[in-house]
Amino acid sequence: MTKKEWPLWEVFIRSKQGLSHKHVGSLRAADSEMAIENARDVYTRRSEGISIWVTESNNLFASNPSDADSLYEPSDSKVYRHPTFYDVPDGIEHM
Amino acid sequence: MNSLFEYVLRLGDDSLIVGHRLSEWCGHGPILEEDIAMTNLSLDFVGQATALYEYASEVEGKGRSADDLAFLRFDREYKNLILLEQPNGDFGMTMMRQFLFDAYRKPLFERLINSTDATISAIAAKSLKETKYHLKHSSEWIIRLGDGTEESHNRVQESLDTLWRYTSELFFEDDVDQELTLSGVIPSMEGIKEEWSAYVNKVLDLATLTIPTNNWEYEGGRLGMHSEHLGYILAELQYMQRAYPGMEW
Amino acid sequence: MKEQDISRLEQIFQEKIDNDIKIEPRDWMPDRYRQTLIRQISQHAHSEIVGMLPEGNWITRAPNLRRKAVLLAKVQDEAGHGLYLYSAAETLGADREQTIDDLHSGVAKYSSIFNYPTISWADMGAIGWLVDGAAIMNQVPLCRCSYGPYARAMVRVCKEESFHQRQGFEIMVNLMKGTPEQKAMAQDAFNRFWWPSLMMFGPSDADSKHTAQSVAWKIKRHTNDELRQMFVDATIPQAELIGLTIPDKDLKWNEERGHYDFGEINWDEFWQVVKGNGPCNKDRVDTRRKAKENGMWVREAANAYAEKRKVRKAS
Repeated sequence: MTKKEWPLWEVFIRSKQGLSHKHVGSLRAADSEMAIENARDVYTRRSEGISIWVTESNNLFASNPSDADSLYEPSDSKVYRHPTFYDVPDGIEHM
Repeated sequence: MNSLFEYVLRLGDDSLIVGHRLSEWCGHGPILEEDIAMTNLSLDFVGQATALYEYASEVEGKGRSADDLAFLRFDREYKNLILLEQPNGDFGMTMMRQFLFDAYRKPLFERLINSTDATISAIAAKSLKETKYHLKHSSEWIIRLGDGTEESHNRVQESLDTLWRYTSELFFEDDVDQELTLSGVIPSMEGIKEEWSAYVNKVLDLATLTIPTNNWEYEGGRLGMHSEHLGYILAELQYMQRAYPGMEW
Repeated sequence: MKEQDISRLEQIFQEKIDNDIKIEPRDWMPDRYRQTLIRQISQHAHSEIVGMLPEGNWITRAPNLRRKAVLLAKVQDEAGHGLYLYSAAETLGADREQTIDDLHSGVAKYSSIFNYPTISWADMGAIGWLVDGAAIMNQVPLCRCSYGPYARAMVRVCKEESFHQRQGFEIMVNLMKGTPEQKAMAQDAFNRFWWPSLMMFGPSDADSKHTAQSVAWKIKRHTNDELRQMFVDATIPQAELIGLTIPDKDLKWNEERGHYDFGEINWDEFWQVVKGNGPCNKDRVDTRRKAKENGMWVREAANAYAEKRKVRKAS
């Protein structure tokens, strides 16, 4: 009989209020409570976080890097989405 | 006898001895994540012990340092609960010991926050935060193991059967407690046992475990009458201080 | 895939490496690059985990409360670092369980330094100072490794390890300021750990079969001998400062090279220990295997409970 080991979880941590959660790594846990507690013990030993998200790794869907050209390059040419695209007359300061 | 000193020592010895036992797991846990978790528990207890011994040293005022208190007393002078010196056994035994103890420490610290003694109150406030997490952790494990597989159920039931006899001592009271209750240093212990029983029953029920009956009660730790296990803990704990007296490390 | 497609992919891959663009888990990479990384990262992870044991040996005998807390925190960090590294290896498709089983069956290696016994408290000082010192020399360049998850894990590891070497050196400093027994204890630990620490950098460049390719892939940034020299140059003045005698009669400052010359490493001992014939190889692996076996019922119970709960929630 092959022994089933605990599933893999991805851990995301908010380091302080006002920042978004950031991926920090993964760990093993049998359930979500355990995953949160393990994340606390493994990834916040030096007060690195105030909020933790975990998700089972197999629930995470990723874009394919070979599609990167079609996914991200089109927006490279859409410079009009950036404020520096627009001329503002001299004398206008806060816009 | 200085009751305050005695009481702080009892609290400190509880933290020291259970922290020591937990530290024996470091490197041997059932999975890496839990190894780290148990070391965190151990570190919390070593921290608590340090704070409590520092205060005991101050209360005693005889120049014995926190380390002297931790490392240089004789067996009969340690006042921890006998429960806490029991060997780790398997992971289930360790978690059961932890659970029975955490469930007592939480209501205790909740009350000690109201102590008229500012230092005790402050230590209780800090320790309570840690204790709440410890209790959550140990309770969850008791439920998982109790309601897990047949093997885990049987193992952890056996641990409960083994350790239950040491639980009456959690509520031991003597002149030390009575004197300190009168002066408001420790709030009335009334209600702690009820709270402990209710909580323990609830969790054991979820864990499908049964409290053993016909168990004799084993007490004496608070008065320095220990099981045979404490001597071996001290043999390791005190080795350096005894072999190389008076040196700085 | 057609051969020309592969060579095109390899070309893109090497361009990224050459331009210091990190490789990420889902990027195409040559199989040998993947295998080299899996081998190196898992060896590194095993070293952290096995490395808990020699120091763990003294946790219950630490001489005071402060030392006990510091040692616990340090050994715990090693568990954490092992975990970060297993986690990095998993991004390459290396299942942690399989990797660990390879350690237990003797297929996978770990740093040989942990096959030496810790027989006195001073060994905690020597390990923190020398072994962690050598590890830091190895690890700092790895923060710039071409593989993203490994580099990120190493950034974290290096940040956390900064206290490890200091606490070890502090132990040595205190011992050397102490009684004759304490000084003798420190010198003895230094004598035993000095040469094995130099061996930590691996075989000399002439005998290292993996170095050249790893440097080209920017997995490694320096050769074994370069790192070893850096370590010797950094450590000798520290040892001298606190009054330790270096157990090497050939050691001398070479003005011309601007480095210390040092004696020949006992490579026979090195290979013996690598092959499993060190003083503690068997104990270390047995201990880890036993921990895993003893924990099996616990891991199974947690799985069983999680399953039951899912079913209960669903119904």
